[in-house]
Amino acid sequence: MHKETESSTTARRPACSAGDKSLVVENLRKEYTRGKPVLKNISLTVAGQCTTAIIGPSGTGKSTLLRCINRLIEPTSGRILVSGQDICALRGANLRAARRRIGMVFQEYNLVERLSVMENVLCGRLGYISPWRAWLRKFPQEDIDRAYDLLDMVGLTEFARARADELSGGQRQRVGIARAVMQQPHILLADEPTSSLDPKTSVEIMELLREVAAVNDIPVLVNIHDVSLGRRFADRVVGMSKGEVVFDGVPGDLTDAHLKLIYGGEDWLA
Amino acid sequence: MSSATVARPAPFAVNWWSRLGYLLAVLYCLYALSILDISWDRLLAGLDNGARFLGAMFPPEFKRWKLLIDNLLESLQIALISSLFGVLVSLPVGLAASRNLMPDWLTWPARAFIAVCRSFHPVIFAILFVKAVGFGPLAGILTLIFASIGFVAKLFAEAIEEISLKPVEAARAAGAPFLSVLAFAVLPQVLNRFIGFSTYQVDSNLRNSTMIGIVGAGGIGGTLAAAFQRFDYSFVCAILLAIIALIMVSEYVAVRVKGVFQ
Repeated sequence: MHKETESSTTARRPACSAGDKSLVVENLRKEYTRGKPVLKNISLTVAGQCTTAIIGPSGTGKSTLLRCINRLIEPTSGRILVSGQDICALRGANLRAARRRIGMVFQEYNLVERLSVMENVLCGRLGYISPWRAWLRKFPQEDIDRAYDLLDMVGLTEFARARADELSGGQRQRVGIARAVMQQPHILLADEPTSSLDPKTSVEIMELLREVAAVNDIPVLVNIHDVSLGRRFADRVVGMSKGEVVFDGVPGDLTDAHLKLIYGGEDWLA
Repeated sequence: MSSATVARPAPFAVNWWSRLGYLLAVLYCLYALSILDISWDRLLAGLDNGARFLGAMFPPEFKRWKLLIDNLLESLQIALISSLFGVLVSLPVGLAASRNLMPDWLTWPARAFIAVCRSFHPVIFAILFVKAVGFGPLAGILTLIFASIGFVAKLFAEAIEEISLKPVEAARAAGAPFLSVLAFAVLPQVLNRFIGFSTYQVDSNLRNSTMIGIVGAGGIGGTLAAAFQRFDYSFVCAILLAIIALIMVSEYVAVRVKGVFQ
């Protein structure tokens, strides 16, 4: 579909199916203060049902990268194409329409604690319905049916009317994923989705993200700081260091030398 | 153990400046007391007067209960109507004043408006509105609407400024328009507190509505002032008891209303 960006350190490409839903990031640059870029010329293409893990030390710009993709943070320069549409120049209603195609899963779930699980899942449809329908909770029946289907998938059907603050961390993240999938996105972004969870739940969440990618035939982009978890579940690993991509390839090619390059130091690798 | 010989700093630092501040505050209060001609003799004489006054109030006299109920109902109506409109106006004003959701060019005028509403005591507003629209409940209602905005809109704004922005971020990421973000990510976080502030304002308006009648803005205050001027202390007592009963009933209702919304 799209031209693969050349990566500096690897030649082998991950085996991802070439779907029609894709994300292309070209020469993305973000400076919070002038002359101090957090992201320097990031270029990245993901397409098809491919799970890509972005690894890198804290503060290297992983979260900034994901938030630039749906313009929660404004990029300084560069291009971002979602299924071929450049979203960097969009404003107002057009930007909101584009955001519907980008699902996002958050580290701290970002649920509305005082609303029911069902209302939280339906939050994913807010971009599609008018505000007065949102105020009156008048969602189309097909949205409600889909929400129930998704709750079935994530195993929370009996919690549909429970308040979100009654759920455990793992359950909340499942609601967060269901909410993102409700958008019928062309791409799913997950910003450290497992960082607040125990190891077993983390594995379950990563499995669920893979399932979501497969069922909906969409690429998933996961920021993750657990390298072994990323290796285990990703088809492709992108290593970032100091705002630049320093590794891009299949998990099997990720060597200790690469990890040293990404995180610096070596004692922790022992 | 081994560090017994090393000098350690005192665990709690002594702040001489704050001690000096407290000392100055106490000294100034003593000085002000000496200036203002306040003495034990006057206090004792006042207690004596007060005792005679209280004696004249009992037994309370409810013969004119119809007038009492009518005026009390007028106060209640003034309080409820002004609370309703005060809260309705406060919702957009409070939202406009919240600095975490709104741009500076909007929060500053909204905050200035709230500050003006807050800067005058209801009695001053009442005097102004009696001049503007004449004696009667309309002046009282306008008075308490402004008093409500000054209080409730400010608390609304503060409640909105304390919400977690994470759900807001999630709703925006889903492409939700601003009004939908309010419905799903903001209102659920503040609704409880809004109910609390609003019932508190009803309570406050009730108390204020019994008072603004004194300057002619309707309600039971006018009757109370008239009874005072006629030295009709047993009727004054009946009015005061009725006001206490009304406030207690409203307190009970407020607790029940808050219970409904958890």
